[in-house]
Amino acid sequence: MCKPTYYTIAYEINPWMSLKRQANYRHALTQWTRLHELLTRRLKARVKLLTPKPGVPDLVFTANAGLAVGRTFIRSNFRHPQRQREEPYIERHVKRRGFRLVTLPRRYRFEGEGDALWMHGTLLFGFRFRSDAPAHEELARLLHTQVLPVELADRRFYHLDTCFAPLDDRAALWFPKAFDRYGRKVIEGLVEDPISVSEADAKRFVCNAIAVGRSIVLQEGFSVTLRQQLMQRRFSLHPLDLSEFLKAGGSAKCLVLRLT
Amino acid sequence: MASEVVRVSGHIIDSLILPKILDEIMDLEGTFEILELSVGKRKTDPSVARLRVEASSPARLHTILHRLSRLGAAPVTLRDARLARAPKAGVFPAAFYSTTNLPTEVRYRGAWRKVLNIEMDCGITVDRRTGVARCIPMAHVKTGDWIVCSSEGVRVSPLERTRRPEVFQFMASAVSSEKPKAQLIQRLAAEMRAIRRRGQKILVVAGPAVIHTGSGPYLERLIRAGFVQVLFAGNGFATHDIESALYGTSLGVYLDRGTAAADGHDHHMRAINTIRGIGGIRGAVRRRLLTKGVMHACVRRRVPFVLAGSVRDDGPLPEVITDTMKAQDAMRQHIPGVGLALMLASTLHAIATGNLLPATVKTVCVDINAAVVTKLSDRGTFQGIGIVSDTESFLRELVHALHL
Repeated sequence: MCKPTYYTIAYEINPWMSLKRQANYRHALTQWTRLHELLTRRLKARVKLLTPKPGVPDLVFTANAGLAVGRTFIRSNFRHPQRQREEPYIERHVKRRGFRLVTLPRRYRFEGEGDALWMHGTLLFGFRFRSDAPAHEELARLLHTQVLPVELADRRFYHLDTCFAPLDDRAALWFPKAFDRYGRKVIEGLVEDPISVSEADAKRFVCNAIAVGRSIVLQEGFSVTLRQQLMQRRFSLHPLDLSEFLKAGGSAKCLVLRLT
Repeated sequence: MASEVVRVSGHIIDSLILPKILDEIMDLEGTFEILELSVGKRKTDPSVARLRVEASSPARLHTILHRLSRLGAAPVTLRDARLARAPKAGVFPAAFYSTTNLPTEVRYRGAWRKVLNIEMDCGITVDRRTGVARCIPMAHVKTGDWIVCSSEGVRVSPLERTRRPEVFQFMASAVSSEKPKAQLIQRLAAEMRAIRRRGQKILVVAGPAVIHTGSGPYLERLIRAGFVQVLFAGNGFATHDIESALYGTSLGVYLDRGTAAADGHDHHMRAINTIRGIGGIRGAVRRRLLTKGVMHACVRRRVPFVLAGSVRDDGPLPEVITDTMKAQDAMRQHIPGVGLALMLASTLHAIATGNLLPATVKTVCVDINAAVVTKLSDRGTFQGIGIVSDTESFLRELVHALHL
């Protein structure tokens, strides 16, 4: 994770960002600290911290930094120049942690765990708004695994992790309208128990959830239906207010990157 | 028709990327042909597909390619055509690209350029300054001309398949004498009218049998009615036409009676001698010595004709071009703008013309001998129909179908 010391809305690169709607620094810090404490204290997760840097406000969204598999780290090739500035910091940090750093050819845009999520040994790969379709072949070659590219269809859900969240080997949260009919078919074939969320819940970024064992951390204020669906499957829910980060088009999952 | 070859690879089957690509091409009104598809054996193996994408216009193709690029299908990267200088006049560089008669483009400085005046069995020369590519016969090569070598950077487009049933599609099968000719001739007449409406030219290649069989007057009517814009023939055809105009015989046989004239065997030699004495066919028409026949109609209607010579010629007539290379060039000059070629009872001249025509020109070959018709079809004349028939009955039917 990365502390939101320099977090602000400095540019507009997705439909959620608006320079007119600034993030409140104090609120953002409180919300982030609550998430950090929940993960480390209650859920007993080990969290490594990335040193914040001025001028790269989106560094807090560490999920987009890359994809860690074993001791290999595949660094992102950001689409927007504003975020490409994060790349050297990520690289330095990852190397210091002892990962083997891999970068994809520059022509392939790839935004890390934002667009690549594991589901039962298969990597689901979202493309169009941020990552490029051909990058999936590079990932498959590097990871010796099946990588299924799915095209994202709704600009508001510009990363795969904004509309899809694997919960365990069987279940995943998803917002079907964020995919086209081919993508929906692929996900329905891959996920045994897909839980679709309503548009209202999707807009609250509930699909941007973190699963730690049977615990799910997600934005609060979701519908009763969703609560019941998750409770039935014996998940314990940890709602949090992360509204300051939604102003930049991110929520719980965007703020963390899985290292193991 | 614009086309481009694209390649897509990866886990494109399970992710439905490939079906999606094919659907998108069709949704955008393009067509595709799968040139190669290798499917990975295990789940983790990549699959590879190579497709030829076709669209009605370059703009539409661009739209399709733009859309496909987002799905990861990229045009197969192509290099420019390789150029080498001609080592000496009339000689191509050793690795020269030999042309077909199909529409051809070469890639030069990153752009596809249409090869002008395409003709089979030639080379392609590129003007390095303007980038203009044109077809060049071997005999025309000058020392130092830049000639396209190897097929890299050369693209040949197959002919567009029209969805409307057409006479040329209708009869695109093998040559046979067992075909309904009346129907065929009706449709051919309609096609000829359409070609004239489009402002394209109709080329007629005629052999001496056209005169022997007494079908000269029908051809004359076609010329007078404006259905012939160019005539290719040999010394024989012109000689017998003039003989029939002067003496009423063809090779000494009265065309109206079918009986041999006394001492008629020398009529054709006397005809040649008369024309040579006057200085040419045009002169004979001007002096009203020649008042009827096909050649007369050509001169009167200002239809250009090329008479090409051969080793068995008598005389020949002054207009006959005896240098075969010069004759080829003279014929070549009349090819641009031709939309239909009618080849009537001629083997030598029909094949020579077939070699000069681009595949886009429709050809009709009429001969009593099926072997001639087959031979011409085998030369790669794609939009051709072969009619095994006597020219007299064919032309009579055609003139009737055109209401002349």
